[in-house]
Amino acid sequence: MITLLPILKELCPDVDLETCSTLIDDELLVSLDIITLVAEVASQFDIEIPVEEIIPENFNSLAALDALVNRLEDE
Amino acid sequence: MSFTSLVFLIFLFFFLVLYYSLPEKCQLHILFMGNILFYLSGGLTSFLFLSTTVVTVFFSAKKIGLLEKKRQEAFSKIKDKSEKKAIKVFYKKKQKKCLIFCFVINFGILFTLKYFNFVMENLNQLLSHTTWNRQFVLLDVLLPLGLSFYTFQSISYLLDVYWGKEESQENFLKYVVYATFFPQMIQGPISRYGKVKDSFYKPHPFEGAVFYEGSLRILYGYFKKSVVADRLLPIIGQLVAQPDDYQGIYFLITMFLYAIALYGDFTGGIDITLGVAKLFGITLQENFNRPYLSRSITEYWRRWHMSMGSWFRDYLFYPLSVSKFMLKVSKVSREKLGKNLGKRIPFYLSTLTIWFSTGLWHGATWNYIAWGLANGFVILISQELSPFYQKFHVKFPHMAQCKTFVAFTIVRTFWLMCFIRAFDCYASVGITLQMYKSVFFHLSLEQFFSEGLSTLQIQPIRWISGIFGVSVMLFIGAITSEEKNFTTFVGEKSLIVKVSVVYFFLFSIFLLGAYGMGYDGAQFIYNQF
Repeated sequence: MITLLPILKELCPDVDLETCSTLIDDELLVSLDIITLVAEVASQFDIEIPVEEIIPENFNSLAALDALVNRLEDE
Repeated sequence: MSFTSLVFLIFLFFFLVLYYSLPEKCQLHILFMGNILFYLSGGLTSFLFLSTTVVTVFFSAKKIGLLEKKRQEAFSKIKDKSEKKAIKVFYKKKQKKCLIFCFVINFGILFTLKYFNFVMENLNQLLSHTTWNRQFVLLDVLLPLGLSFYTFQSISYLLDVYWGKEESQENFLKYVVYATFFPQMIQGPISRYGKVKDSFYKPHPFEGAVFYEGSLRILYGYFKKSVVADRLLPIIGQLVAQPDDYQGIYFLITMFLYAIALYGDFTGGIDITLGVAKLFGITLQENFNRPYLSRSITEYWRRWHMSMGSWFRDYLFYPLSVSKFMLKVSKVSREKLGKNLGKRIPFYLSTLTIWFSTGLWHGATWNYIAWGLANGFVILISQELSPFYQKFHVKFPHMAQCKTFVAFTIVRTFWLMCFIRAFDCYASVGITLQMYKSVFFHLSLEQFFSEGLSTLQIQPIRWISGIFGVSVMLFIGAITSEEKNFTTFVGEKSLIVKVSVVYFFLFSIFLLGAYGMGYDGAQFIYNQF
């Protein structure tokens, strides 16, 4: 199972990523971070996150992001 | 047919009577007819362009939806992962063809009608400096009403279907009602299909409270337009037309007045749109959320013309940012420039591209391009400064709650936007830059204190209306909130308050508004886009 914890930790170092489920809603992740995240996932895991998956629900928490990447990996 | 014309009010009355007097099952048909008639009043050519967009988008989306169903059927029959992948690629390719076909036609129309002459004029200017004695012929076409708005709305629907976010609409009549809903053809908002479809397609029995809410919103919109915007815009016009005489402090006054007039004009127009939709029982998306209370330019663009900002974010910024090309750019720039700077390059490119496009969307002039890019650069600068802001707030944690500091950030953002907005006021980029310079080197304080604005010979009614209108808008802003807008607020009050508010607006418009026989009501500023 892929986990994005190290990548996310670098983008939001002061956030408790295990519990936070409002990364987008509270603007802890902004557009620059989302683009960086997508590029990191592409380069580290060779997975392309398609544009239709860039919705707040998929980026609001570490768990949601992990689920998204694992789902895309399975497809 | 302008919102401020008598013909529009008669048209509206006639359709409302039909809408509520015939059985509910006829409501969609009446809206369909209303939309067609409204658009036909703008001329047959415009109607044909709109029809092309409607037909191509409807059938392309339908085909994309059909292909998606076939893919799902094929998926349900197989288990092998690689086979599934191949099927997905096969259908996606076919869907992409439909998408590209539609893009070519609709962006082709948009480009030809809106940007062809701009490109040719610039080419002709370049050619005039060469020995090649040739000039390109310009097109003689009128821009169809709401071209940019309906094209963007249609494309948003098409892309949502392509991305699987929405199911395609199978009923042509229903689709036309959404895509051509007449109140929003003039200046938006650019409604998302998923957000408004339920409101469009459910039956709408007559409800007094909803009708009152719609009527009040329309009245407030006319108030903003006729008492504030149309009273101030001629003063701004005079100031802008003589940039050599009115520089420095006059430029600041012009920009301040323009901020108020634009707010009155655009939010007033949207109030009328949303109010008219409400009269038919339809709830459209809000387009503003107290934009002048924003504390940063990024926040401002989340609160001003929200439907356009979110369109560019969802249908251009993210698709471009995560495209294969940008991922490649990201990879190369990280290798060459290091991780920290490298990761910013795609963001910079995407941000500047969307702001360049946003500028172009507003109009085919260098002024709008400069305006768009100025927004983009300021956003990038503030993004780069965000670590400093964060450090500042860590050092002074109480500042975020300090009212003086909050007020400072609001005023700073307001003036920053005023400065950027100057590009869409003055005749050229050069004159706008000259105005900026004059603030620092030619403030004209002496002239201002001796003459003021007396040379403009402004009728006192303009100032009285403007000041009164702004006071009313500020009062309404103070008593309402994000959760409870003005119409909801009044809707909860007693009958006497509700009636008094209606009379207040009617009398204000009657006594102070710009209207009447022989008065050439100014077009809404956003109509031209």
